[in-house]
Amino acid sequence: MDLDAPEQDVSAGTSDPAPTVLAARGLTKSFGGITATDNVTLEIKRGARHALIGPNGAGKTTLVNLFTGVLEPTAGSILLQGTDISGLAPHERVRRGLVRTFQINQLFPSMTPLQTLAMVISQHEGLGARWWQALGIGRGLVQRCDVLLEQFHLADVMHQRTESLPYGKRRLLEIAIALACQPSVLLLDEPVAGVPAGEREELLQTVAALPQDVSVLLIEHDMDLVFSFATRVTVMVNGAILTEGDPQTIANDARVREVYLGTSTPSGMDDPSHG
Amino acid sequence: MKSAAQSLRELSRIKPWEPVLWLLAFASPQLLGSHALMINDIVIFALFAVSLDLILGYTGIVSLGHAAFFGMGAYAAALFAKLVHPDPLLGLLFAIAVATVLGAVCSFTIMRGTDLTRIMVTLGMALVLMELANKLDWLTGGSDGLQGVVMAPLFGRFEFGLSGITAAYYSLCVTLVLFVLVRRLVFSPFGATLMAVRDNRLRAMAIGIPVSARLAAVYTVSAAIAGAAGALLAQTTGFASLDVFEFHRSADVMLLLVIGGVGWLYGGVVGAIVFKIMHDILSSITPQYWTFWIGLFLVLLVLVGRERLIRPWTWMRRSKT
Repeated sequence: MDLDAPEQDVSAGTSDPAPTVLAARGLTKSFGGITATDNVTLEIKRGARHALIGPNGAGKTTLVNLFTGVLEPTAGSILLQGTDISGLAPHERVRRGLVRTFQINQLFPSMTPLQTLAMVISQHEGLGARWWQALGIGRGLVQRCDVLLEQFHLADVMHQRTESLPYGKRRLLEIAIALACQPSVLLLDEPVAGVPAGEREELLQTVAALPQDVSVLLIEHDMDLVFSFATRVTVMVNGAILTEGDPQTIANDARVREVYLGTSTPSGMDDPSHG
Repeated sequence: MKSAAQSLRELSRIKPWEPVLWLLAFASPQLLGSHALMINDIVIFALFAVSLDLILGYTGIVSLGHAAFFGMGAYAAALFAKLVHPDPLLGLLFAIAVATVLGAVCSFTIMRGTDLTRIMVTLGMALVLMELANKLDWLTGGSDGLQGVVMAPLFGRFEFGLSGITAAYYSLCVTLVLFVLVRRLVFSPFGATLMAVRDNRLRAMAIGIPVSARLAAVYTVSAAIAGAAGALLAQTTGFASLDVFEFHRSADVMLLLVIGGVGWLYGGVVGAIVFKIMHDILSSITPQYWTFWIGLFLVLLVLVGRERLIRPWTWMRRSKT
């Protein structure tokens, strides 16, 4: 029962130097008889670099879909900056600063990166319903496009249609779009998935250079990235949270090794400072 | 390399050929006075196609029942002239208002489902309206159509004569005004979010675009413009019949976009010109079999591709890929 979930006052976090920006309270999602998310309680602090790991089928994607409002929870609630957002439509959650990226690129193939970012920024500035003025008009809109294009190494391809971009660039655009929404919480769903080795470094640097005031929840399989990026790690198994802690603790946790990594120990796990 | 600001400005900049096209269009009723009625037809057809392009080309909604709004506009304008006031502009505004309301109501039917279900729903809507117009014969004249629609002179000065010159200019002016508005719309932030919805609905939602509200808005605008086209037809021909709701209307307008291309607004214009001229020439050569040649042209167009068909010099080249 979610009623049994521990009562926590959000304002209690004021004594804490980093208050909670996103919280799940006893979040449960069942599909028929299957419980994909099982009473998950999770807190993301402001400015956090939080990683969510777990084997395939652990329910990470379902949790992201619950956060963003694609799925409706069976029980429990989601708090963004202390406000219950469980009943809001996906686009309203984005407006309040909860933005995600996708594991499989979700881009706008016929638009250029420049058009895409100009469109996203306009929408976010509340100009999305303006039909009488041209795209690109607005306070500092073009400058913000330029900054994002530069930051995500897209300036050289900004006039090309997205469908013709190399995979690594498309992956960068995937994150740039989310950042153009000026998120307070960014859900990064496997940002380096499928990126060829040659384009990987550029992407890793960009992820590492994300603005500090943006809280990031990283959903990832790549252990190198998790342990180089995250300062806090949550492990999910079978829809429930197994444990949570700093990377060092997680890497040494016997249960995590067993359920997530099997009994054998991959090289990346021995040395959290690696990478 | 172009700067971002430059590149964004260029998107909506008027291309040199655009004013040329419109000047030619406005000169045509004078230059080809004997064809003024046909020019009027082409213009109305083009406006109707532009309205469909707005939803098909810019949001990816496939409609096979756009005649519903065209027909509604035609009947609304004809009835207004007959029962309320014969002034063409008042009638046009009334017809647009009626089509807008119908579009807003119908927009709820296209939110759910796939392309196929949308085709069925839009198709069904046009059929329902046609049967209504047929059944309500005390109002619409039923299968005989609504005859004897007499329009007052435009601005009280320009009589709608038999030559069709006033009609052609009336349609051209209305079309130009609506076209300019639509053109602004597609190059605006609003238009860009429509393209985002067309390209990737899931991501559009994930960046905060209220997808359903956008689709409803553009569907309503499209219905309003289709209604205006229908009103122009009823007003310039002085007649509205069940034919305006017929399936072939919806199919023909789709055909125009196949010919001219979707998603650049001028596709409907080009399609209307090419289609009407081909129709005219072919049916004067072979009155019985002209649809054969139109059909053959369409097959060729789709198989060869529009880009290659209008560039004969590339036919012998091997494709680079």
